[in-house]
Amino acid sequence: MVLLKEFKKALLTSLWFVFLTFPIVVIKVDPIERTVFWRWQNAFYMAVGTFSIYLLVKFYQHRKENQPKSSDAGENKLPISSLIHRILLNPVQRNIFIGIVAAISIVFPHIFSTYQTNVMTTALMYVVLGLGLNIVVGLAGLLDLGFVAFYAVGAYTYSLLNLHFGLGFWTVLPIGGLLAATFGILLGFPVLRLRGDYLAIVTLGFGEIIRLILENWGKFSKGPSGISNIPRPGFFGMHFNLEQSVLYTYYLMIILVIVTIFIVNRLQDSRLGRAWIALREDEIACQAMGIDKRKTKLVAFSLGAFWAGIVGVMFAAKTTFINPASFTFLESAIILSIVVLGGMGSIVGVVFGALILILLPEYLRALSEYRMLAFGAILVCMMIFRPQGLISNIRRTYKFEKKSPPPVR
Amino acid sequence: MDYFIELFFSGLTRGSIYALIALGYTMVYGIIGLINFAHGEIYMIGAFTAFIVATVLSVYGFPLVSIVIISGLAAVVWASSYGYTIEKIAYKPLRHAPRLSPLISAIGMSIFLQNYVLLAQTSDFLPFPTLFPDLEFMEPIAHIIGTTDVIILVTTIVVMVLLTLIIKFTKIGKAMRATAQDRTMATLVGINVNNVISATFIVGSGLAAIGGMLVAAHIGQINFYIGFLAGIKAFTAAVLGGIGSIPGAVLGSFVLGLTESFATGYVSSDYEDVFAFSLLVLILIFKPSGLLGRASNEKV
Repeated sequence: MVLLKEFKKALLTSLWFVFLTFPIVVIKVDPIERTVFWRWQNAFYMAVGTFSIYLLVKFYQHRKENQPKSSDAGENKLPISSLIHRILLNPVQRNIFIGIVAAISIVFPHIFSTYQTNVMTTALMYVVLGLGLNIVVGLAGLLDLGFVAFYAVGAYTYSLLNLHFGLGFWTVLPIGGLLAATFGILLGFPVLRLRGDYLAIVTLGFGEIIRLILENWGKFSKGPSGISNIPRPGFFGMHFNLEQSVLYTYYLMIILVIVTIFIVNRLQDSRLGRAWIALREDEIACQAMGIDKRKTKLVAFSLGAFWAGIVGVMFAAKTTFINPASFTFLESAIILSIVVLGGMGSIVGVVFGALILILLPEYLRALSEYRMLAFGAILVCMMIFRPQGLISNIRRTYKFEKKSPPPVR
Repeated sequence: MDYFIELFFSGLTRGSIYALIALGYTMVYGIIGLINFAHGEIYMIGAFTAFIVATVLSVYGFPLVSIVIISGLAAVVWASSYGYTIEKIAYKPLRHAPRLSPLISAIGMSIFLQNYVLLAQTSDFLPFPTLFPDLEFMEPIAHIIGTTDVIILVTTIVVMVLLTLIIKFTKIGKAMRATAQDRTMATLVGINVNNVISATFIVGSGLAAIGGMLVAAHIGQINFYIGFLAGIKAFTAAVLGGIGSIPGAVLGSFVLGLTESFATGYVSSDYEDVFAFSLLVLILIFKPSGLLGRASNEKV
């Protein structure tokens, strides 16, 4: 009886969606040739698709409701994430795990082609970007939609300094990071007073302003045509051919990822990191505990921006060509999806999120058209079904352990 | 002087379009405190529906008046259906979630809808059919204000008056105002809050669709990406006027439209969007409650 009712509801839902998507999915017009195509098969796919998705969602909800509540609510129910956590918590297994990952990452470019190595380097860049945004969004709870602006600042710092003053990659790497961090503080100062959603819109506006200036101020940034012939990173004056240089960039990225993970991990457990988490949970209570809200937020902004700036320099050096089109709002949205999918505040999660979101569309070429569609859907679905992300952060808890009673003689 | 008047009227036209979109933002924010980031996409979908229906009808040789009426109705109906469905899918399950969750969900919805239209239709700019021919009696002042500008202004005024009447005097309008003031209290006096929220989304989306159709007919071309910029600018207008306040949204839209029009006319047209974004940042920094909004203090 219940099943029949659900079936009827699913049917009605799919009919509603067929109606909803009718003009845009079924009809395609060519206003110049003045012809109309009726793509009826699309309506059919839409009906079947929504029907099955509806039943799937209902099934998921049904199972979730009927599942007996597990005794410890903090434990993760998804097997994959609990497996990773179990490995990371056990020192021996963790060392083996890290060893395997290190071995794979060292051997990777020697097994696969240059193209694959390039793709992997891009994915690693997004890992660092994700970790940078994770400081701002995941730890401090400040939704930053203009993160790509700092990335752009880093990339343009390197290309412009190189163009005008001939400065090399290693000189500009810290300059780019620091300049981006300065921009982070500049943006941070005025928006400190704003609440969450207003903050998101202001950062979005800031990101767009930076992009529009880069696009229109031709004398400064060479406008939409961009800057080309940016030198690749060097190594004590050695000259590489293209293949070696790809390899070199890949290893540089690996080192950068390791350094970032190390620093972010240490930050998380530091006084500052705990202040961020407190700020995210409750601003007023946090202030009442004597945490300087202004300083804590500014440091979060500038540290997040610093990593974006560093990756920006790497990006300019890797692609040897940049233009404002690389720094649109969609880029910010991709980085945000990485953080949200992986799990806000979780380092392992962000690494996995970046690898999944950047590598999957690369290898499933057929799906690459649907990439942005999927990113949008991921953001919505994650918020509804799994707000803590794929691999959620385990909250550090401290237990008072009873001392074992002294052995009785 | 003519140039000044021309800029003035073009600012009014811009302002009235922003007003149609900004009302959706401000009404939704007033009721559930959410920035409906996907609102710009609703506007785009309204414009696209109008474009598709109008082109189909003109290919099959319908008279112009019926094309305008039918495509306008279709735009409103479909955009409202989208608004209703989006609220049910993306926002309703998150009503008691932390503040950032519905916003992230809304951003996801916005990206999803953009790419849905991109994949189902095309990424090219498409020419929008001419819906409003130049009227003859407008000829002497055509260099100052065009026919479509007049049509946009008149339509906006009519729609605003209708909206005010709905909100002031009908039962659903009163329920909306009650819910905006205090949702729990509204539930206690027997208002079905879920229905009120749905109604708000439907009305807001319908207004955005009218705006979308008018703009597309005015500019003469359409693309899947038009919603993003229009949405951000209308949001700026809503914040400028004080988000949550309906007269504020209208006032803010006209201020923003005139500012943009004069700034592009007298300063530089390259930085048109920079003006709008800078205005948004400046308002939020110095007067986050807007021109007509009330500052609210968070109580613990």
